[in-house]
This record gives sequence, C-alpha cells and structure tokens, in this order.
Amino acid sequence: MSNFSLIVLLLALMAVGYQLGMVRSRKVATVNPQQKMHSRPHHYGMMVGLWAVIPAFFILVLWTLLSPGVISNMVAAQLPEQALAAEGMNADVIMRRISNLAANFGVVAEAEQWELAAAAYMQQLKSSSALLLTGLIAAIAAAGLFFSYKRIQPQLRARHQIERTVKAVLIICSTVAILTTIGIVLSMVGETFKFFSFIPPADFFFGTTWNPRFSTTGVSEGSLTGSQGSFGLLPLLSGTMLVAVIALLVAIPLGLMVAIYLAEYAPAKFRATAKPVIEVLAGIPTIVYGFFALVTVGPFLADFGASIGLTIRATSALTAGVVMGIMIIPFISSLSDDIITQVPKALRDASLGLGATKSETVRKVVLPAALPGIVGAILLAASRAIGETMIVVLAAGNSPTLTANPFEAVSTVTVTIVNQLTGDNDFASPQSLVAFALGLTLFVITLLLNVVALVIVRKYREQYE
Amino acid sequence: MTEMNMNPAKEPAAANPAPLSKTQQKVAASLNRRHRQEKVFKSIGLGAVLISLTLVAILFINIFAKGLPAFWQSAITLDIYFDPEIIQISDKPVQQPDETENAFRQRYVEWRSEVGMVNFNRLILDGLYKVIPEASERQNRRHAARLVTSGERYALRDMVIDNPAIIGQTKTVHLLTDANIDVWLKGNIDRSLPDSQQQLSPKVREWVTMLSEQGIIENRFSFALFMNPDSRSSLASAGLAGAFMGSLYMMLVVIFLAVPMGVAAAIYLEEFAPKNKITDLVEVNINNLAAVPSIVFGLLGAAVFIGWFNLPISAPIVGGLVLSLMTLPTVIIATRSTLKAIPPSIRQAALGLGASKMQAIFHHVLPLAVPGILTGAILGVAQALGEAAPLLLIGMKSFVAQVPTGPFEQSTALPVQIFLWQGNELRNFFEARTSAAIIVLLALMLSLNALAIWLRKKYEKRW
Repeated sequence: MSNFSLIVLLLALMAVGYQLGMVRSRKVATVNPQQKMHSRPHHYGMMVGLWAVIPAFFILVLWTLLSPGVISNMVAAQLPEQALAAEGMNADVIMRRISNLAANFGVVAEAEQWELAAAAYMQQLKSSSALLLTGLIAAIAAAGLFFSYKRIQPQLRARHQIERTVKAVLIICSTVAILTTIGIVLSMVGETFKFFSFIPPADFFFGTTWNPRFSTTGVSEGSLTGSQGSFGLLPLLSGTMLVAVIALLVAIPLGLMVAIYLAEYAPAKFRATAKPVIEVLAGIPTIVYGFFALVTVGPFLADFGASIGLTIRATSALTAGVVMGIMIIPFISSLSDDIITQVPKALRDASLGLGATKSETVRKVVLPAALPGIVGAILLAASRAIGETMIVVLAAGNSPTLTANPFEAVSTVTVTIVNQLTGDNDFASPQSLVAFALGLTLFVITLLLNVVALVIVRKYREQYE
Repeated sequence: MTEMNMNPAKEPAAANPAPLSKTQQKVAASLNRRHRQEKVFKSIGLGAVLISLTLVAILFINIFAKGLPAFWQSAITLDIYFDPEIIQISDKPVQQPDETENAFRQRYVEWRSEVGMVNFNRLILDGLYKVIPEASERQNRRHAARLVTSGERYALRDMVIDNPAIIGQTKTVHLLTDANIDVWLKGNIDRSLPDSQQQLSPKVREWVTMLSEQGIIENRFSFALFMNPDSRSSLASAGLAGAFMGSLYMMLVVIFLAVPMGVAAAIYLEEFAPKNKITDLVEVNINNLAAVPSIVFGLLGAAVFIGWFNLPISAPIVGGLVLSLMTLPTVIIATRSTLKAIPPSIRQAALGLGASKMQAIFHHVLPLAVPGILTGAILGVAQALGEAAPLLLIGMKSFVAQVPTGPFEQSTALPVQIFLWQGNELRNFFEARTSAAIIVLLALMLSLNALAIWLRKKYEKRW
C-alpha cells in the first residue's frame, strides 16, 4: 500500500477509535454512576484515537526514511562482482539504473541480464517491504487502540493526556526554526571544510583574483591542483559592497525623508494612501526588479551617461545599485517611520515651545533621539542589500574584477553562488563547494549586521517604553 | 502648529517700536532664513515621497506597457482539411470488457504514438496554399513552412486524438504564427533594417502583410500563454502553465507545512514557553532567520534535501520545503504579534471559569486570533510565491516542457520562468512575453495582498 493510503487508513482508524472511546466512556459512566468521570466523553474518544494513530505514524515515518537505503544496500550486496567490474561505471549510476528499471521507467531492451535480475529482486523487496509495513502499522495501531480502550476508567485523566500530546506537538514545531538554523550552519560548515581541503582558507579570504575555471571531474585526485583556478573572495566582496553602498546612497536619503515627511508633516489622509503605496515596493518580487533594471534602468543610465560623456555599461554596479536602492526604500522608510513616531511627544513640544521651527525640531531633537533606531533600520536594509540575488544576477554584469568604478560591471557573492551551483560542475568539485564557503561568508556577514541592528533597535525601544 | 509658534516672535517686533534686545535682534534677523529652511526641508520631504511614488508608477507603467500587448498574439485563421489520405490511422482503441486496465493503456499509448507519426505539417501547408496560392510553388515552400509556429501541429494532433471523427472534414482553426511574425506585426523590430538583418525573408514579409490586410492574420487573445508549458522549439507557443502548476504545488506545500507549524510554534512561544535563556535564544534565532538572505535557504535545500535526503532535483516538493523554511519565521512573527494583541482578560476569564490553559487558548484566544493569523499566513505565502533565488540552486532552473502532474515531478516556478524567459535569445519576442509573465505574477501577488488587507479590515478589532 502506498504511504498515502496508509495515512488515509490511519485517519480512518482514528475516527473509529474516537467513536469507540466515546461510546465506552459513556458506558463506563452509566455502569458506576456514583463515580464522576474525570474527562468529557470526547476527551476519551480523542485519547483512543491518538493512541491508535501516533505510534503507528512514527513507525511509518521511520520506515519511509530508512527502507530505501536498506533495500538498495541489499540489492547492491546481490550484484555480481564481475558485472560491476566490466561495466566500469560507478555504483551510484548502476543503482539508479536498477531502480529506474524496477520502477518500470528504464528501457528494458537495453538492460543487461544481471540488471534485470537485480531490478526484479528490488521490486520483490519493495513489495514485501510495503506488505510488512502495512502489517506492522495495522498491528501497532490496533494494539494502541485496544490498549487505550481497555484503560478507560473514571479516574483516567484523558484530557491531561491529550493536552500533554498537543503541547509536545507545539514544542516540536517551535524547534523547527532552531533546527533550520542548525541545518544551515552544519550543512554549510561541512561543505566549506571540504572546500578548504582543496584550497587553503588564506587563499580564499585574501585572494584578489576570482577565476574558478571549470570543474575537473574525470581527472584523478592527484592532478586536481594543477588545473585549479583561483578562488579569491575579495573581488566578489568588493563588488557586493559597491552595489550595497550605491543602494544605500539611493535609499537612505529617500527613505529617511519619506519617513520624516510622513511622520511629521503629512496630513493623515495623504499618509494613509502614500504609505501603503510605497510599501508595495517591498512586496514586488526581486526578479521583477532585476528585469526592470536589465531592460529599462540599464539602457537609460547608459544613454544618460553617453549624453554627458560618461561610459556607463548597461549592466553595471550602478544599475544594480540604483534599482536595489529603490527596492529597499520601504524598508528604511517603514522602520524609520515607526521609530520616529515612537519618539515621545514631550520632546517635540519642549523644542517647539522654545521657539524652534518644526524642521529644527526634527533635525535637532527628533532625529538624534531616533538615531539608534534609524541606524538599526539602515543596518537591516544593508543586510538585505548584501544578500539580494536576482537583481545583481541580471543587472550587475557578472564580471568578478576588483574595481571601485561604479560604471563597470561587477560580480557579487550571491551571483557567484548561483553561477557555481547552476553550472555543469560536479557537486564534489571545489568549483561547486566554493558556493557553500561563499554562502557561509554571506550568512556570517548578514548575521552580524542583523544581530547588531536588533540589539540597537531593542535597546532603543526599551528606552522610551 | 509652526505658524502659531512663530507669530509671538513676530508680533512684538511689529507692534512695539521699543528697541529690541540683542537676542531678539538676532532672532528677528535669522527668522527669514529659518522660515526658508523650514519650507525647503518640508518640500524635500514631499519631494522624496513624490519621487518614491513616481518610482512605483514608473515600474508598473513600464512593465504593463511592455507586457500587455503580449497577451494578444498574432494568429492565422486557416481552413484545415483533415485529409484521410494523410491521416492514415487505425480506429481509436476502446477498452474491451475482458481487457485489463494496463493492457488497454498500452494499446492506447501505441495508438497515440501512431497518430503522432502523421505528418500534420502537410495539413497546415495545404491549408496555407489555399490562402496563398503562390506558396505552393516549389521555390516558395521553404518560406511557407515558416509561417505557422512548429508547435501548432500538436494542436491538430490533439484535435484528432480527441475526436477521430473529424478525419475527412474541414475545420476552421486559429493557429499561432511564428514568433518572428508576431514581432514583425507588432513593430518590435525595425522594419527599415536591410534584409540580411531581418529574421523573416522578404517573401514571408510580403505574405504576412497581405494576410494581415485581408484579416487572415490577426491579433487574438493568447490562450497559449496560459494553457501551454514552456517550449524551446516553438517559441510562439511557450506558455506559463508548467510554471504555474509548479508554483501552485509549492504554495500548497507552504500552506500545509509552514502555516500550521508556524502557528503552532508561535502559540507555544507566546503562551506556554517559560521566559528563560532558551526561549530568549529561540526568539533571537527566529528574528535572525527572518533576515537571512533567501539564497542561503537555497544552499540549505541543495545540501540537505537533495544531498542528504536524496529528494528529486527540480521537484516542487523540494522547492516547497525550502520556501516553507523561509516563510516559517514570517508566519511565527505575525502570529505572535496577533496573539500578543489579544487582551489577557480573555485568558483570565476562561481560566477563572475553570478551563485548562490549553482550553483557554484553543477555545477562546485562538478563534479571536484567526484573522490576524490568516493575514500573516497570506503575506508569507505571497512572499514565497515571488521568490526565485533559492529555487535556482535546487535545480528548478532547468527547462521543463511538460506541465507537472505532481509535486515530485520536474517543474519550474513562475519567478524562475521569468528568469528563463528574460534570457531567451529572441529578445524582441520574449521581452514582452516576460513582462506578461511578470504581470501574471504581480496580479497573483497583489490579489493575495489585497485579500490579506481585506481580511484585516473586515475582522480587525481594537481591544
């Protein structure tokens, strides 16, 4: 039976268990009416249902995770040695062929006799595994149902059992976020160490040339070093910073002035329309910005540059930076707006009472008071700009050179991750592994920015609460 | 407000001729400058808002101006005679009572491939020769073959498969023209370019002009854009159906995974978790996760889901898992702030009447939080729908010519389709088609956002 039908079966069992439990609890209650039942009938029903389903479900999950590995190991152990040697392919490819054959995807005519035999064996193992699983699950579910059904007594605290189960589920769900972080760190650290076994960390972190060449699959391990490219992080990092700085130069003045105007000057009606419209900018997918940069902003900047005698490439750090700046305007304006409105009214009134104009109040009183929060907002925007991918993939020109000229094409960390992992590189080659080293670098940089920003914002909030 | 504050400073200067103190003189002298500064500052602020609004407008007008024409595509209306001489096929198989399902399917597939062998191009060409007699001449046949895009023969094939009875009949059909003809007719290529730089031969251009004057070639609403999967051999029939289904499967995974998990996590953290170092760490961790660049989640997916768990590459299930992890913090944060806004008196009332904590939360707090949770969930889904970068890393960038029928099949997604189309070599045609795809994506996202706003407005409660 497929997993899906097994799940349907379990759900059906749960419904049956619910009914049985309810009926029995009512019966128990009528048999000894002097004793008060601890929980309501539906609690007993739910408890029986949960007992029927949860242990069986765990077995199902474990079985589904483990059985493919066990089956393929068993099949691999059965393969004739000489056939493997003659074939000269690696074991993975053979196993994939066999499992395709077993699933009836492969073209039968081309397969060898021993492959067909292995495929048949695999099919047989799979069907017996499915049979075994069905039996096991039915047995466990029935046992759980029966066991909990028998236990229904007036003193049994069914509701407590259910609440404990629900709480356990809630706790498991809230660990997923932590597991994700751990998963990110572990997977990237692992692959990064593999990468550093090819390239010394110093060459990576302080190298000034980026030229990874192509993957070197098919070449034996020893000769890898000969044909290796250079994996210097600095050109990518400088490109990333260049684009991010341009973006911030666009977004900070605009975003901040928008926030000040909307918070201090704008009539309520204007604010109520303008704020959401500007926030639309934050909801637009970044691929749309990338396309906009590529087909509209890039050519426009190039033409504009040509008209004033500047050579601006259509895909350059400037193009990507300007468009990215547009993208992060709402980040800065919304966060700063919140922070400016949080500055206590007493500060403003004091300043105005002393005869300062409104703009003087904003510049000399409100902004200094809000400064930590605004710095936090800017840091968050900066981390967004550094981690942004699609705009730079399309509009930055993808040329990993160490340059400070914003009119030139550059490449960034994120662009390079995409390039290295979507090319035809072997997954175990340094050309692919470097993506994880770059990803880890990116993760650490943005993490630092975020932590600092969050600490600043949180401190500031406390100050006026 | 500003004026009120300034007036007292002005009035004494005007009404009272008595000599001013030094400070008063200083203030009076600087007053004009300060008022000017005030005006400048205010207009800079208004300017910034207007610039930002203009940028939003430019972005949308630009995309819509480019993309809207692509929803209509030039198509040629032909009378196709389904010639029994050319379509020589056996009868459509019917399942016999003694036949197993598998044997019948086998027979049916064989029959389909038999139909597939028919030269449907001949039918199209014969139809063309009726409207352009000149095209049937030997030296012109080469040009005639370029009028209708190559994918349209499958449209004829599918008509025959659906209903073999049309063999021997004549049907009027609208067939998409070649992508280059669409470009030519829409004026997306400079018509004054010399022949050597034109994609279409002079003969074809002459026919196209003639046919469009006769109304045989005209712009029709492009159902191909919505009904077809991507195509490389027949560019004019490339559509979004495959990408749309891929995105749909991913969103289903997000809805069934990220939303319940995020809500559960938020309930625990907000209502049950003790305030200690560990929950503090979890909170910091969730806030950070919300700001981790999306591409890092793509790396996680490539390493964990594909590398360790051996899930299929380019499958919506992997994309959905990656996007779920990415959306999880958004859902958690939105749900927590909703729960926080529900007044403690609700909980206290329930607890006071003897409900357990679990009952108080699930029976009383949660129902009140549903609109807020839904709003957060919808915004999270909209964010996931537009995300492209992590999907590139788990292989969803590859070209897929079928509409996926399940979450484990190869597929692409709407934002990735946009990425693929913008890189197509036939820029004149695909710039508009990419913009059209963007309009579709934006329409989906904006309607999700509108739904969220509507929900919030409708059920918003101030406590």
